[in-house]
Amino acid sequence: MAAALLEMRHIDKVFPGVKALSNVDFTLHAGEIHSLMGENGAGKSTLVKVLTGVYPKDGGTIHLNGKEIYPKTPKEAQEEGISTVYQEVNLCPNLTVAENIFIGREPRRFGFIDWKEVNRRSIELLKKLDVDIDVSKTLDNYPVAIQQMVAIARAVDVDAKILILDEPTSSLNEVETERLFRIVRQLQKQGMGIIFISHFLEQIYELCDHITILRNGELVGSYEVAKLPRLELIAKMVGKNLNDVKDMDKMAEKSVPSDEVFIETNHAASTGQIKDVSLQIHKGEVIGLAGLLGSGRTETAEMMFGLKEVTGGSLKINGKEEKLSNPMAAMKEKIAFCPEDRKLSGIIGDLTVRENIILALQAMDGMFTHIPYSKQVELADKFIDKLRIKVSDRDQLIKNLSGGNQQKVIIARWLATQPRFLILDEPTRGIDVGTKTEIQKMAVELAKNEGMSVAFISSEMDEMVRTCSKLVVMRDRKKVAELTGDQISSEGVMEAIAGGEK
Amino acid sequence: MDKLKSFTSSSLFLPIVALAVLLIFNGIFVEGFFDIQITEDGRLFGRVIDILTRSSSLVILSLGMTLVIATSGIDISVGAVVAISAAVVCTLIGGRGDGAAETPMALAMLASVGIGILCGIWNGILVAKFKIQAVVATLILMTAGRGIAQLLTEGQIVTVYYKPFASIAGVIPGMPLPTNVFIALAMVLLVVFVMKKTSIGLFIQSVGINPTAAKYVGINVTLVLFLVYAFSGFCAGVTGLIESSLIKAADANNAGLNMEMDAILAVALGGTLLSGGKFYLGGSVIGAVTIQTLTTTLYALGVSADQLPVVKAIAVIAICLIQSKKARDLFDKWKSGRSAKAVTADAKAVNKA
Amino acid sequence: MKKKISELIASKYFSFFVTVILFAILYGVGIGMYKGFMKPQVFLNLFIDNAALIIVTIGITFTLLIGGIDLSVGAVLALTCMVLAWLLANTGISVFAAIALVLLMGTAFGAIQGYLIAKFDLQPFIITLAGMLFCRGMTAVISRETINITNPTFVAMADFRLSVGAGFVSMGVIIAIIALIVAAVVLGFTRFGRNIYALGGSESSASLMGLPVFKTKVSVYTISGFCSALGGIAYALMMLTGYNLHGMGMEMDAIASSVIGGTLLTGGVGFIPGALFGVLIQGVILTFISFQGTLSAWWTKIVVGALLCVFIIMQAFITEHKSKLTAKSSLEENS
Ligand SMILES: Nc1ncnc2c1ncn2[C@@H]1O[C@H](COP(=O)(O)OP(=O)(O)OP(=O)(O)O)[C@@H](O)[C@H]1O
Ligand SMILES: [Mg+2]
Repeated sequence: MAAALLEMRHIDKVFPGVKALSNVDFTLHAGEIHSLMGENGAGKSTLVKVLTGVYPKDGGTIHLNGKEIYPKTPKEAQEEGISTVYQEVNLCPNLTVAENIFIGREPRRFGFIDWKEVNRRSIELLKKLDVDIDVSKTLDNYPVAIQQMVAIARAVDVDAKILILDEPTSSLNEVETERLFRIVRQLQKQGMGIIFISHFLEQIYELCDHITILRNGELVGSYEVAKLPRLELIAKMVGKNLNDVKDMDKMAEKSVPSDEVFIETNHAASTGQIKDVSLQIHKGEVIGLAGLLGSGRTETAEMMFGLKEVTGGSLKINGKEEKLSNPMAAMKEKIAFCPEDRKLSGIIGDLTVRENIILALQAMDGMFTHIPYSKQVELADKFIDKLRIKVSDRDQLIKNLSGGNQQKVIIARWLATQPRFLILDEPTRGIDVGTKTEIQKMAVELAKNEGMSVAFISSEMDEMVRTCSKLVVMRDRKKVAELTGDQISSEGVMEAIAGGEK
Repeated sequence: MDKLKSFTSSSLFLPIVALAVLLIFNGIFVEGFFDIQITEDGRLFGRVIDILTRSSSLVILSLGMTLVIATSGIDISVGAVVAISAAVVCTLIGGRGDGAAETPMALAMLASVGIGILCGIWNGILVAKFKIQAVVATLILMTAGRGIAQLLTEGQIVTVYYKPFASIAGVIPGMPLPTNVFIALAMVLLVVFVMKKTSIGLFIQSVGINPTAAKYVGINVTLVLFLVYAFSGFCAGVTGLIESSLIKAADANNAGLNMEMDAILAVALGGTLLSGGKFYLGGSVIGAVTIQTLTTTLYALGVSADQLPVVKAIAVIAICLIQSKKARDLFDKWKSGRSAKAVTADAKAVNKA
Repeated sequence: MKKKISELIASKYFSFFVTVILFAILYGVGIGMYKGFMKPQVFLNLFIDNAALIIVTIGITFTLLIGGIDLSVGAVLALTCMVLAWLLANTGISVFAAIALVLLMGTAFGAIQGYLIAKFDLQPFIITLAGMLFCRGMTAVISRETINITNPTFVAMADFRLSVGAGFVSMGVIIAIIALIVAAVVLGFTRFGRNIYALGGSESSASLMGLPVFKTKVSVYTISGFCSALGGIAYALMMLTGYNLHGMGMEMDAIASSVIGGTLLTGGVGFIPGALFGVLIQGVILTFISFQGTLSAWWTKIVVGALLCVFIIMQAFITEHKSKLTAKSSLEENS
């Protein structure tokens, strides 16, 4: 085998209270697509950030093409030829799409930026990814999926030796993912070394040549993809033996809804957001809201949580017509909502895990009361334990948790309010395989054992099919179909999305 | 040992160190700095007492300012509100030469604090309801406020001869300290009590850190903002009482002048970030006392009024540098780099020998 | 047509358009109330009276764009006037050397502030507040009395008038216009300018995208220092004095102008022509007052505050409804 392109040896990284990486080795060859795997909080992103100079390393060496490098800032890493898409989309919302792609390396004429050229080349570049949007609009006009594509476009356009993609596909659909893969393979052929991180096993097996597994910040091993069956991979990631893992994936029996309806909408509409949605959610039912991005799934959920005004039709809870004018009104009806955009509308970064968990409950109790500290600790510990949230202690700042664990804290926040209707908008985005099934199981069990109604929104069809006892399919901000029982299948949903009204 | 460590890493540690350094400096260079005398009727005298008394206004203002800043806002109108409140109380009591009050003092005081709250409510409406950026929203009252105060006093300095009025910022017979120290203390205790017994503090921080997420958990962001500005107005109202009582007059041009800047400075020195989020009331109080100590020290050292701001500026930057985490990291690195060099130099020396 | 309007509303220059329209309305009301407003020179006087403020606002806009602030501008302006007056009165150096010297001084002062802020992660509000105290103090230390500028060359420059149409403008206005153009080009068409916006949009993203965060930050405060000094020269041209209380509270006027013109204090959004109109709006308000002529000092303050308030609330109201407008028009487009 040729000499390695990148060699990281004995990398250590300590955060206050956490040993994020200890003695990790990682080797990447030119023309190789190398996956970095591990549970949430295993240290994958940290390794990437150490490599690209975001965090200083506490020990170890990095060699690029045999020469030792010491990148101290992302800029220096870029200059060494390392191009990166970080896990959380890191672009500037106030700049145009074109600018986000080219900032720092804009084409110039006579020393001034040639905006025409910037726009032209961005359109061209995005076309390669089959994204057709107005590049002169600011980035905040576009949903996360587009933003992710923009970040990718930026990274693949530079002439780099190494391309790092940290969970680039977490909010992409299958088609978009396919396009990304096409480009990645092209770059591979050109001899680039690619590091690819994802929690989707299918994608790993489809795309990658090599897998390096981390667990709790330690190296488990490095394997060729062909020689590592899936179950073994999972077993290595979670650190259990094969037999235990086999049972893990088994899904609980779907819940059987009761006859009582908890919430229903009747031709509900919301100006500019939703056109016509009628649905009934029973007690003990897991209902899925399916549809493409922008089909109105999230907006429907937000309407049931008092974030979007109902301007047409009606909304009934327990048979009584209600006007939910703000989230608190919905919370009083025991409705809970885990939003899609975790960073923007979920976590309160500079508060501790404990405070984040009790926050919704405290808001319900009112501003002038105070949940006693001992009760807060009890609640926090209960959920940290129950959802197996990986924290160094309950008073760690939530912004320092890995993405998956942040998601669990948000779920815990709402479970603490003991809701009767729980809306989960993309709850498994960026969550590791084990936890993903845990969350699915949890949704079903909450419905079965506690008679809770659950609305589940996800872009992953498999997951919806496994979890939901009813699927509402949306298109163009309208409900177009409702599937139950045997009708629930990926094909059924696809047909409904593509076909006419049923 | 553990205790020591938890103290050094606590948020109050650096502000306290800054104040302590200043006090020690005073102790060495200003004669009799720490002396406290007791008069026959039980009053306390001394430079330290003096500092405590003079800083009470700033302490009160910085309480309100801390909460406003925690929501990632700012209130630059407090100085003007102090002037309005001072004007209200003085014109109500009136400047009658025979020393009588035109309005009962209690009523006048209530009115002036009430006006302060009203001003705060006005700011609150602009920020919370109209969603105007806090600097601009409070700029309106900052501009118009002094005009309103002058309107009330008709451009004159209204001097109050009513004797009891002086006791707000003076000593009530039999008490060891001036009343304003007790007022400040009471306000601090009140705020600490409210923060301990309610979850307002948590909500304020949430709003300051991530208002969208705060809305999504059902926090009434508008109400939180509104309350915070109203409280800041309340603090300014109380300060107006103290400031006018101190000079027994309302001077619409100079009452509370530049106090908003000092209050913001106190909050920042106390460790609260101006970008909002986590706040440290204790730090702000210490910050306020630090600023007053600095001023007193400089006067005691004979720095002239002209040079005072220059020295103050340098001191502020020095304090900021001491508190800066980044500066400490850089210093540590530099130190370890130097010792490493020293080691290699030693090694070389050994080799040569 | 409808599409055009909705595009305009969604555009990032929306609040700039609102400012311009409100300015036009305000001016129109002025014409309706007082004949004098019709004279072209009244309009040009807006520039002449506010040349220094325009220049200072440009500088402060740079700092606001990265999400920072510079409170020292008014004090640096005062110090510049003072040092200039002192140099011309007490030394034999030429006018141009003196001007170069004070410009250098302001720039260096800005650079020091920027270095402290960027290197040690200090809060810009506090550092520049200290900068303000420092410069005010130094001004008073140099002289507590007014120093008159009598240097013939400088006085000639101050008396210079360039006629435009039916009116004329001063040297200060020319400097201000040049500064406006340079600033607009730098912000719109250079990498450095765009890095400023990126930094204001998200500092962490800018850093992860590999942009030179440190350098940009220091440069921005350096520019602000330079603009304050340049504003000081324009101010000196108008007043022909150095005085301790020159430019008192100017930082707030500059911030207000910038914000009224559409700059967001959180950074990343702002526009130099907007900042200009922000200054002009405040200028018109003052022109109103002077035409009125009978207002007492305190009523002036109240009226300025009230007009500012009306303007800001109107702007907030329109922006608030912007989202609804866009939603409506986009829905109409769909169906
Ligand atoms: N800035 C930080 N400060 C403190 N701790 C941190 C910080 N960043 C990460 N950590 C901790 O380091 C560990 C590794 O986190 P990392 O983000 O690398 O996980 P990951 O493998 O990328 O997980 P995920 O799949 O959820 O993205 C976690 O325990 C996390 O809490
Ligand atoms: Mg990660």
